[in-house]
Amino acid sequence: MTPPVLEPVGKSVQRVDMYDKLTGTAQFADDLQFGPGLYYGRLVRSPCAHALVKHIDSTKALRLRGVKAVVTGQELPAQIGLYLKDRPVFARDRVRYVGDPVAGVIAVSEEIAEDAAQLVEVQYEELPAVFDPLEAAQPDAPLLHPDLGKYEVASFIFPQPGSNISEHFKLRKGDTESAWSRCAAIVEGTFRLPQIQHVPLETHIAVAKWESSGQVTLWTSTQSPFAERDLIAQSLGIPHGNLRVVAPYVGGGFGGKAGVSMEVYAVVMARAVKGHPVKLRMTREEEFVGTTTRQSLVARTKIGCDAEANLLAMETQYYFGGGAYNDYGVNIARAAGYSCTGPYDIPNVKGDSYCVYTNLPIGSAMRGFGMPEIHWGIEQIMDQLAEKVGMDPAEFRRRNCVRTGDTILTGMEMPQIDLVACIDKVTEAAKWHNREKPAAPHKKRGKGIAIMWKAPAMPPNPGSSAVLRFNEDATVQVEIGAQELGQGAFTVAAQIAAHALGVPYEWVRVSAPIDTKFSPYEWQTVASRITWSMGNAIKVAADDAKRQILNMVADHWGEDAANLDIKNGRVISYRSERELPLKNMVVYGLPNEDFEGWKGGPVVGQGKFMPTYVTNLDPETGQGTRAVVHYTVGAQAVELEVDTDTGQVEILTVASAYDVGKAINPDLVMSQIEGGAVHGASSTFEALRFDDQGQPLNSDLADYRIMTAVDAPREIHGDFVETPLEDGPWGARGVGEHVMVPTAPAIANAIHDALGIRFNDLPLSAEKIFLALRGKEQKEE
Amino acid sequence: MTIHSITVTVNGKKEYLTVPSNMTLLVMLRDQLGLTGTKNGCTAGECGACTVLIDDEPVNSCMMLALEADGHEVTTVEGLGCDDGQLSPLQQAFAVHNAVQCGFCTPGMLISAYALLQRNPHPTEDEIREALVGNLCRCTGYLRIVNAVQDAAEKGKA
Repeated sequence: MTPPVLEPVGKSVQRVDMYDKLTGTAQFADDLQFGPGLYYGRLVRSPCAHALVKHIDSTKALRLRGVKAVVTGQELPAQIGLYLKDRPVFARDRVRYVGDPVAGVIAVSEEIAEDAAQLVEVQYEELPAVFDPLEAAQPDAPLLHPDLGKYEVASFIFPQPGSNISEHFKLRKGDTESAWSRCAAIVEGTFRLPQIQHVPLETHIAVAKWESSGQVTLWTSTQSPFAERDLIAQSLGIPHGNLRVVAPYVGGGFGGKAGVSMEVYAVVMARAVKGHPVKLRMTREEEFVGTTTRQSLVARTKIGCDAEANLLAMETQYYFGGGAYNDYGVNIARAAGYSCTGPYDIPNVKGDSYCVYTNLPIGSAMRGFGMPEIHWGIEQIMDQLAEKVGMDPAEFRRRNCVRTGDTILTGMEMPQIDLVACIDKVTEAAKWHNREKPAAPHKKRGKGIAIMWKAPAMPPNPGSSAVLRFNEDATVQVEIGAQELGQGAFTVAAQIAAHALGVPYEWVRVSAPIDTKFSPYEWQTVASRITWSMGNAIKVAADDAKRQILNMVADHWGEDAANLDIKNGRVISYRSERELPLKNMVVYGLPNEDFEGWKGGPVVGQGKFMPTYVTNLDPETGQGTRAVVHYTVGAQAVELEVDTDTGQVEILTVASAYDVGKAINPDLVMSQIEGGAVHGASSTFEALRFDDQGQPLNSDLADYRIMTAVDAPREIHGDFVETPLEDGPWGARGVGEHVMVPTAPAIANAIHDALGIRFNDLPLSAEKIFLALRGKEQKEE
Repeated sequence: MTIHSITVTVNGKKEYLTVPSNMTLLVMLRDQLGLTGTKNGCTAGECGACTVLIDDEPVNSCMMLALEADGHEVTTVEGLGCDDGQLSPLQQAFAVHNAVQCGFCTPGMLISAYALLQRNPHPTEDEIREALVGNLCRCTGYLRIVNAVQDAAEKGKA
């Protein structure tokens, strides 16, 4: 027997879900059993990128044996969305991308539903389509949403009706015009990133059941059980108390399972066949182009510094290609706007960040939420500026990066961070100044560095809550609404509860699956906010439970509660040195001395956390007291080799360091850092491709390659810095998304170091590198 | 649709089943036997989440018909552990190395690694990575998985 783990915060305890995930007993949504009454749904999707829907005829589909119902948008005038309600549940008058759902077919088997979906006849009248965000932002571009001005929208999002611009964030600080003349070096460039996909191993899946009583249950793989409930309830007019969302383990989210995507279809389809659960599972092809993607970006960025390498000015325009619906993506453009400089102290900034409708799959949240996209250009320009003023790129970043207490671009004071320490750690781990020879004559070797920042991008007031209940044997149920996506949220929850209560880690059980009927509220498991926000709520709940226990025992012993504590599951008195185990007492209470009556009773601790200090920003300048709750910062260095015969890149080592405030579980932090580095490296070579009609060309895993065990870097040096955050549990802040933000630009900078060639556009295909090498050779000849 | 009677040994237990001719082994395992540890990630043989052993060979169970398993032995993730609920040495190595995040690829990953160690008890890092090339993972970056397999190999047990 291994001894119990006491005071687990800061220790690399084993994941609470490890055993279940190693033995196949962990349940994902598709593993739930629904019995013989289960029906299956398939979606009828638009073959056109932009068209009017003239007529839908379901007659033939309904005649197929085994088909139970067909639902369309005609009978459903519902809109849905988190920040901007621009998405009809089913397309009504218009389709806006290849794959836009126009109808749902329900049948007794998935095969019959698939066959019936082919029989639904839809007449389209094609419209001109637009795919490039720059073109789509022009006044004469085909308009995707003529009703943009009528959609419900969050107070901090600024759509421009009559155009394809769903959000325009403006940042104005200082005076860029006069600053340019003081610059000794100016670099500008246009950088393009394609749409990419999250590629979770588990595709989206939802099962819904609509009872004749009006009670609705949705079982689904989601990062956001409560946001699903809120948005679907609002959209379909279901009382929140009648909609229950049950959320088993998520087989990879990365932002793709945030908010609502396809889950609402399952609910609408279930309404048509009341009493029967309806399962809707995305095929891998649908996952690629029919759920959500990371938005594309065209960034036009200009940055200047003086001869001493001090950054003076930046002007940038970010055009995010948001796809057909921007219900979530508008906030990515906003986040990119208020963080538009990257982690730098620049006195004069003019930034414009746009989210633009295009006739392509829906752009939405993906790990990094706009930051990997904007850092791609910023971090390459920083290297070029460093080169122009003759300074080492790492040193250039040390000089200019944000520091605690800086007044950053929005006017907010930078909360506690130490980015310089992160840079120092990665340059040391990467042996920054050592130059090793390439492995072969046809290979070239290079090193690159990039730094990053990212704030949780969310409404000002996203809340967390937690409840702690005791079982008779003093084991503890920790009830939360945060979701386990693989990042370790449940483990961190158990660690924080155990540590704050004073019980062994092994005594804590997380009440899962998350179920909106029983679990306390959590806004969403997104934005790398859970360790911080949920952690705070659990700590408050533990303190509440502990206070109840100590007051009871203090009364029992006739002592002052201030002299008591809970250690290793026992109440102890520092004064009298008495001890009492928690067992039984936490449920049954304690008898009075003479057994004349009892005191106490079942202990239930509750806690909540919600940031209350975030302020609005001025719509014309982006200035305000407190734009965001905090930033996590970090640095990454990459060493790689390029094969000059093939253009292929082999990433040899990655060194990363992030300031996490406090590593609640160091091994989980390292797991994020390693996994994120590979995710980031993989994303450098990924792109969803479309033909000139908006038809997807590579929506399968053979044609859209993600890194395999053979491609992935073999050496990853993860590290972290712990500069405590004022309002984090034990000082902790999040690190889930940040870990892939600097990877792509660090790779680009390393490729430039190796070849002397800059690549402004992703993906970095071997073909593109090969051709650039040939071009360079020809020029040199 | 023709229905076939088949006999398959699944995790050491003989099963007598009737399956339609178009049913995949993956669907048979999940829907007929309730062995949901084997995951469906793409239904196209591209992700490896549904990997099981047929006799000693790892296969994508989404690409094989149930009736092709007639007379064969199938091992799924549920069959890897010990009868008393203890983890196998390979599973323990995954636990020690914290080689799991979302867990969706884990069953297939374990099966491919188990098959490798059965046929090659002392693989090099290259051989491990090559053996796992058909098992995609989006969370871990593979490093900890490779280290876990190496560790299990060094201890001489799978």
